[in-house]
Amino acid sequence: MKYILLFCGTRDERRPASTPEELQRTYAEVGDWLRRNSSKIGSIHQLQPPDAATTVLLDRQRTPIVKDGPFLEGKELIGGYCEIDVADLDEALELARTWPGRTGAVEIRPVVPHELPGELDRS
Amino acid sequence: MTGAGDVGSVGDVAPSALSPAEVHAAVAAAFREEAGRLTATLVRSLGNFDLAEESVQDAILQALEHWPRDGIPGRPGAWLLTVARRRALNRLSRDARHTVKLEELGRQGAPGPDDRLELILTCCHPALPREGQVALTLRAVFGFTTAEIAHALVTSEEAVAQRIVRAKRKIRSAGIPYRMPSPEQLPDRTAEVLAVLYLLFNEGYLTTAGSGWRRDLAEEAAWLAGVLCRLLPGEPEALGLLALMRLHLARAAGRFTESGELVRLADQDRSRWDRSAIQEAVLLIERAAAMRRLGPYQVEAAIAACHAEAPAFESTDWLQVLALYDLLLSLAPSPVVRLNRALAVWRVAGPQEALRQLDELAGDLDGYHIFHAARGELLSEMGRQEQSRAARLQALALTGNQAERALLRQRLLM
Repeated sequence: MKYILLFCGTRDERRPASTPEELQRTYAEVGDWLRRNSSKIGSIHQLQPPDAATTVLLDRQRTPIVKDGPFLEGKELIGGYCEIDVADLDEALELARTWPGRTGAVEIRPVVPHELPGELDRS
Repeated sequence: MTGAGDVGSVGDVAPSALSPAEVHAAVAAAFREEAGRLTATLVRSLGNFDLAEESVQDAILQALEHWPRDGIPGRPGAWLLTVARRRALNRLSRDARHTVKLEELGRQGAPGPDDRLELILTCCHPALPREGQVALTLRAVFGFTTAEIAHALVTSEEAVAQRIVRAKRKIRSAGIPYRMPSPEQLPDRTAEVLAVLYLLFNEGYLTTAGSGWRRDLAEEAAWLAGVLCRLLPGEPEALGLLALMRLHLARAAGRFTESGELVRLADQDRSRWDRSAIQEAVLLIERAAAMRRLGPYQVEAAIAACHAEAPAFESTDWLQVLALYDLLLSLAPSPVVRLNRALAVWRVAGPQEALRQLDELAGDLDGYHIFHAARGELLSEMGRQEQSRAARLQALALTGNQAERALLRQRLLM
């Protein structure tokens, strides 16, 4: 089964930015995690912070509206995502549990299996 | 569809030979012994939790219709299996994609080995909401009908049906597996099951008296805890929970008066407690302790044993109770545990100190009726009758349980 792991965190202006050493350590841990689980991982992406986001608001009656900022407002943000292909939820949970993040959460979302290869599901 | 006549009626018990109560007891015993095994067997052969569970539920409804009239079959499990399998076949034959499963199902045979553990673990998967875990466990493992669950949980049948549909949908859409968790995950998963069982037990415990309903939630939960102890022989917390439940049940006869009124622990007639059941439960605690992995249920059972073994309320070993509550707080801190600890403090250090500790919990427990009832008792003992009355009225406003309301009203008149 395919799932997307969403790496979630909270926006906290007061939290000091990570030092270069801390960042390096985190990237090294993520690298280890990817190597250990390489057979189960499709793609993984870290996202730029929400202030880099641009949102297109759709409305069938009108022309879409382009606005600055993310669609999801509030404290929570998605910092990245990872596509995985595993047997079942328990295996997905195991990957989420071992993700080397120190705070925040990992949300596991099953991917809808579409029956149109090459159309909706191109993997 | 008719019943499973082909299973044979040799050994059937004629309904006329049994009273309605005996028929009810026999039907309940058959369901709890067979429903879980049967569902587990069918999930295994069908590879479809939803279909297996629905088919067993159909068989149970059939049995409820036929058994009281035609007698309980000599082999109730085989009867239920035949009906459930036929039911599954009917459903599957509408769908051509399932021909392989059909062949497999067509082969007759007895239920397989006991894979109820996988079933229980799936129903109590932490990815399901607690109310879904509870409803699904009652249906798939205990063989409760939707109506029985609604009665037991004091909610509507629609609400129960909705919870079951949602839980089964999530099992399918989220890919919740039907298999044993990894050894690293087993302790956490077991803890989840124990929490569901304890919740079921507590739901049943207060509503036990004279409900006249066919199945008693507290008894059923204790039964499944026993099954779990056999399926997980190395798990001391399962033994601890079983001991805890058995200690409460052993005191059940003293908890209510003849007319169904709740009696406080201090006022219970201890000669009505089941001494041999208490002794057996204490042996379970010792067996768990020998495994040398302490956990909250074992400690709670030890506290219950302190009460159960005391010949009179006054001779309770309160220092021991207090020490055990401290241990429990270190393992599983919660405001409710601190409330209970404060009540032990009352007996060791007096009501003043107990009230002081209790009042520190007001922020957490203001909506909990027992908190106000306990304050009412303490204030009354200290001679502060007006405040005691206010606290008891607040407790009364917060509980809907009839037996508890009656007891609170009685305390208000004193």
